[in-house]
Amino acid sequence: MRNLVCWGGTLVIREFDLVIIGGGPAGMAAALEAYEQGIRNLALLERDDTLGGILNQCIHNGFGLHVFKEELTGPEYGLRFSELIDKMEIEVFLNTMVIGAQPDKTLYAVNPGYGFMTIKAKSIILAMGCRERPRGALRIPGTNAAGIFTAGTAQRFVNMEGILPGSKAIILGSGDIGLIMARRLTLEGVEVVGVYELMDYPGGLTRNIVQCLDDFDIPLHLSTTIVKIHGKDRVSGVTVAKVDENLKPIKETEEYVECDTILLSVGLIPENELSEQMGVDMYDSTSGALVDQDLETNIEGVFACGNVLHVHDLVDYVTLEGQHAARSAKAYLDGKLKDKLDKPLLKVKPGPGIRYVLPQSIYLKDKDEKIKIFFRSTQRFSDALVKANINGEVIGKRRLIRLIPSEMESVTLKASDLFLYGQEEEGENIIYVEVEK
Amino acid sequence: MKKDIICIVCPKGCNVTVEYDENGIITMKGYGCNRGIDYVKAEVLHPVRMITSSVKIEGAKYALCPVKTSKPVAKNKMKDIVKEISSVIIKAPVQMGDIIIENVCDSGADIIATQTLEKQD
Repeated sequence: MRNLVCWGGTLVIREFDLVIIGGGPAGMAAALEAYEQGIRNLALLERDDTLGGILNQCIHNGFGLHVFKEELTGPEYGLRFSELIDKMEIEVFLNTMVIGAQPDKTLYAVNPGYGFMTIKAKSIILAMGCRERPRGALRIPGTNAAGIFTAGTAQRFVNMEGILPGSKAIILGSGDIGLIMARRLTLEGVEVVGVYELMDYPGGLTRNIVQCLDDFDIPLHLSTTIVKIHGKDRVSGVTVAKVDENLKPIKETEEYVECDTILLSVGLIPENELSEQMGVDMYDSTSGALVDQDLETNIEGVFACGNVLHVHDLVDYVTLEGQHAARSAKAYLDGKLKDKLDKPLLKVKPGPGIRYVLPQSIYLKDKDEKIKIFFRSTQRFSDALVKANINGEVIGKRRLIRLIPSEMESVTLKASDLFLYGQEEEGENIIYVEVEK
Repeated sequence: MKKDIICIVCPKGCNVTVEYDENGIITMKGYGCNRGIDYVKAEVLHPVRMITSSVKIEGAKYALCPVKTSKPVAKNKMKDIVKEISSVIIKAPVQMGDIIIENVCDSGADIIATQTLEKQD
């Protein structure tokens, strides 16, 4: 460590082979896998005072079915990783906020122990996660009364701080956090009047509809939204209305519902301020970085994983993605990703019925490589045939009994099938993933 | 008695209609596979749920320590068990897996801690 004297203390400059930003499920999985791969000079930066991220407040169970083949609660899932990190020589910086990032992989961070820190990294894994879409993003008219919470904020209050957000609540949006909070609030004695969902299908898993709403007779109102919030100092009620096929509220169906609390479960936004500051190219459809099959961004040696890359529905997939990013970082540090730019490159794009694909580019290096393309659909399909095409040829397909936007799916491509196209000078060489009609 | 049940064994989510009386199931319609039959049978005759909640903790960083039942418990005991959980106050430190309440409400399940919380001043 080099310590330079500056005003009021020492200026700390640290150098690492790998720096992981974010100590939630993605960052913890990346840190452990990097260690397993033999990277020793690594740091894990976390702004909270503990590792685990959002897992610590997700006290319900259902985590880990894919990774551990058992059902764990959020804190238990987190401890599986943080306990191992404690045992290894992985340097963890808690209470550490990264406040700046440069394209040359220099990071600026602050924490109570060091004050201001400059961190020079040979490689970086972005694992900052996401945050909830707030009321401001929805433009719901009405007063600015107290009692409006995002579902995750209420979850933290109820599960960690021991504070109930109100006594009579409605929930806007039927994402999983909203559904889980409906059950949690009911069990804690808060009356949950109903869940209101703009779309004509629920946003969360069927299992959560059954076990969080049906079990407690909480009604789910589909194709319905809040058109006005009432109340002076505290929320006193909302006006709800049915929406038409263009999602426009129908005036005649307006109805007043009394409540003192509104929970918003209306989507998550990846937290990419640092990525953008570094100059990472972004993808509109995910609000995350554009990546290739190594999860590498346009900046060499900078990788992204977890909810900062795209919002996942299962933490298990976040873990697997974090491990993938760490293996790629190891390959990068070993100089194995250097000549990428000289290799044939194929673009991957969403076709009809598909909202987004990930990765968005594939470069051809190894004929034996298998490349998983993750995707989400634009709408509900039953018995869907998803195909990956290039220049009219089908190179991968997958039949799904049910395909819905809230469940991420994947199709696997063989690199050996792609080499033919990568060599061609002519043609666009774009892989389209689409749902066959 | 007649009941509509959404099967949650797999993502398909079959809508199953089941007729039953105190002796058991009479008819079942709409299921997609044998696993669905088992699920609906259990759901009608002996529905069970895992319960997750939290207990008050003194001397830790947070006000609460998350807990769960050691195994699924009868659905109709859910409210009583949550009430029992809310009456307990524990002291830090606590380790994940520690038993907080033994055989809660005679359900045969224990309430166990799902988080490790150190003692703090």
